[in-house]
Amino acid sequence: MTDAHPAPTPAERPGHGVAVRLAGLRRTYGTVHALDGLDLDIAPGELVALLGPSGCGKTTALRLLAGLEETDGGRVYVDGKDVTDVPANRRDMGMVFQAYSLFPHMTTKENVEFGLRLRRVDGAARSERASEMLELVGLSAQANRYPHQMSGGQQQRVALARALAIRPQVLLLDEPLSALDAKVRVQLRDEIRRIQLEVGTTTLFVTHDQEEALGIADRVGVMRAGNLEQIAPPDVVYTHPATPFVADFVGLSNRLPGHVSDAAVEVLGHRLPLVDPSTGSGPVTALVRPESVGVHPSDTGSARVVSASFLGSMGRVSVALPDGTLVLAQVPSSAVMALTPSTAVELSLAAVPVVVEH
Amino acid sequence: MAGVTSRRRRRQRVLRWVVLGTATVFFVLPMFAMLEFTTRGMNGTRTLQTWRTLFDVPLLRANYPELWVGLKASAGLAVLTVVLMLVLLVPTMTWVRLRLPQLSRLVEFLCLLPLILPAIVIVVGLAPVYAWVVYLLGDSSLTLTFAYTILVLPYAYRALDAGLSSIDVRTLSEAARSLGAGWGTIMVRIVLPNLRNAVLSAAFLSVALVLGEFTIASLLNQSNLQVGINLLSKRNASMSIAVSFAALAFAFILLFLLSLVGGRRGTRTAEEPA
Repeated sequence: MTDAHPAPTPAERPGHGVAVRLAGLRRTYGTVHALDGLDLDIAPGELVALLGPSGCGKTTALRLLAGLEETDGGRVYVDGKDVTDVPANRRDMGMVFQAYSLFPHMTTKENVEFGLRLRRVDGAARSERASEMLELVGLSAQANRYPHQMSGGQQQRVALARALAIRPQVLLLDEPLSALDAKVRVQLRDEIRRIQLEVGTTTLFVTHDQEEALGIADRVGVMRAGNLEQIAPPDVVYTHPATPFVADFVGLSNRLPGHVSDAAVEVLGHRLPLVDPSTGSGPVTALVRPESVGVHPSDTGSARVVSASFLGSMGRVSVALPDGTLVLAQVPSSAVMALTPSTAVELSLAAVPVVVEH
Repeated sequence: MAGVTSRRRRRQRVLRWVVLGTATVFFVLPMFAMLEFTTRGMNGTRTLQTWRTLFDVPLLRANYPELWVGLKASAGLAVLTVVLMLVLLVPTMTWVRLRLPQLSRLVEFLCLLPLILPAIVIVVGLAPVYAWVVYLLGDSSLTLTFAYTILVLPYAYRALDAGLSSIDVRTLSEAARSLGAGWGTIMVRIVLPNLRNAVLSAAFLSVALVLGEFTIASLLNQSNLQVGINLLSKRNASMSIAVSFAALAFAFILLFLLSLVGGRRGTRTAEEPA
């Protein structure tokens, strides 16, 4: 999985992005620690995606940065200034919400102009800026429509235009694509990235969808229980997961028994390099990606195909080892037809670094 | 099978007409009697004199001062009660919904309380309070606003609660805050416009209730329309019935407008794409 938009590094981008720093953020709800000393640095103009299961604290982190909730500890810095105690309406941040948040009694254009009106921008400049923003999101023709006359995807585009119209220091996206259907989701995801690169605003994007996070972010932060497990560019998170949790959460993984010795792990008779070469010797569980597993029909093979499914551009095959362990493999779709259930097969493993857990 | 269904349908139709007919007679007959009574002239003739006097303001003021005073007081009370009710309820209910949802049951209970307390009990409780109100604010009938605001709470609460439930107040207010709006702006420019129908419903119901209130005003020795009508009935029955009829018609028109507002809201929701 690679970034669909090869982009200049955040520092090289145009625009007016500022640095954001969350330092030791803590937030507790009753006995639950939603954030447990979160540290996060975002470079000017960078798009960081926070990814994690529900309840991992990613949305809380975004809401604390927005000022919509108060911290129980830690500081928030934007452009070097401590904004921890600044109320949400003075933080100068644009936000797009998961729920449709357009003001129902205002037209598209009035919605986009709302923030500018509050900033007392005069009529002509306001109208010009709103038109510019609607053009950016491709909705100039819908300027006089009311939210209930538009589709979910269009509403989220207008919400994005409204958030960007005020030229915010930071753009916050709180699962903006969750309520949309799959096709619109991919389109809007790519559009968000295009627009973010065009305006160069520092952006924090929260999602539970790994494809979204890996697809548009400069860096992906994987969160668990109120803290970051790993933050790195998408390809690194995928190919070099820092922990078994990241390997498990981002993409699919087979958990196979192995044995570490001499900075490599032996799995199913194959020696594979380790993501962390300093791992101590001994028996381990190796997390192997389905795309690293090759399936080859062979009369002498000891494994048996359990099921095979055709997924369009590729196929997914489930194979049972003699001891009953199931292994998931991703194969070219052309190979799926030959892999009917009960076919005897041999497995091969590609020599890519794997994560292990003791 | 078809015969059974059509027989049942016919029976239901007949039942519908019987219910409608009975209800119509029940409501229309007294009103017809009121109209008949107010248009009685000498020796079995018909006259509109009473009604002419009612709509001739200078004549009404001169001949029926108690009615004029009551009418003015009720009009003022209706406006002030609506304003105070909205100022009190809209921000409170919005705030409870956003920040203190655990208090929503308590607020609902408090707002519905006047519904189960008889007016006479409220008066007994309010009498000592009103001694202070009169001491601080004077003896104007408009001080009844406080008592009436309590009286309209159950109806206004229900109307506003339905309105607040139909919009995502939390997301809308958070969106407005992130765009730079303070709480005042959020109330006036985001919450209120989206509660337009609910606010109108609450206001209409409050006005109808205030115009029909007698017990509290009478027992606290204040004047309002119903107290005026009561006084008038002792010296001019025809006029007092005419005013009662007019007040009833006005309340009916208000409730009719209310149903129109509700109807429009329903249509709009139906038009919204899924």
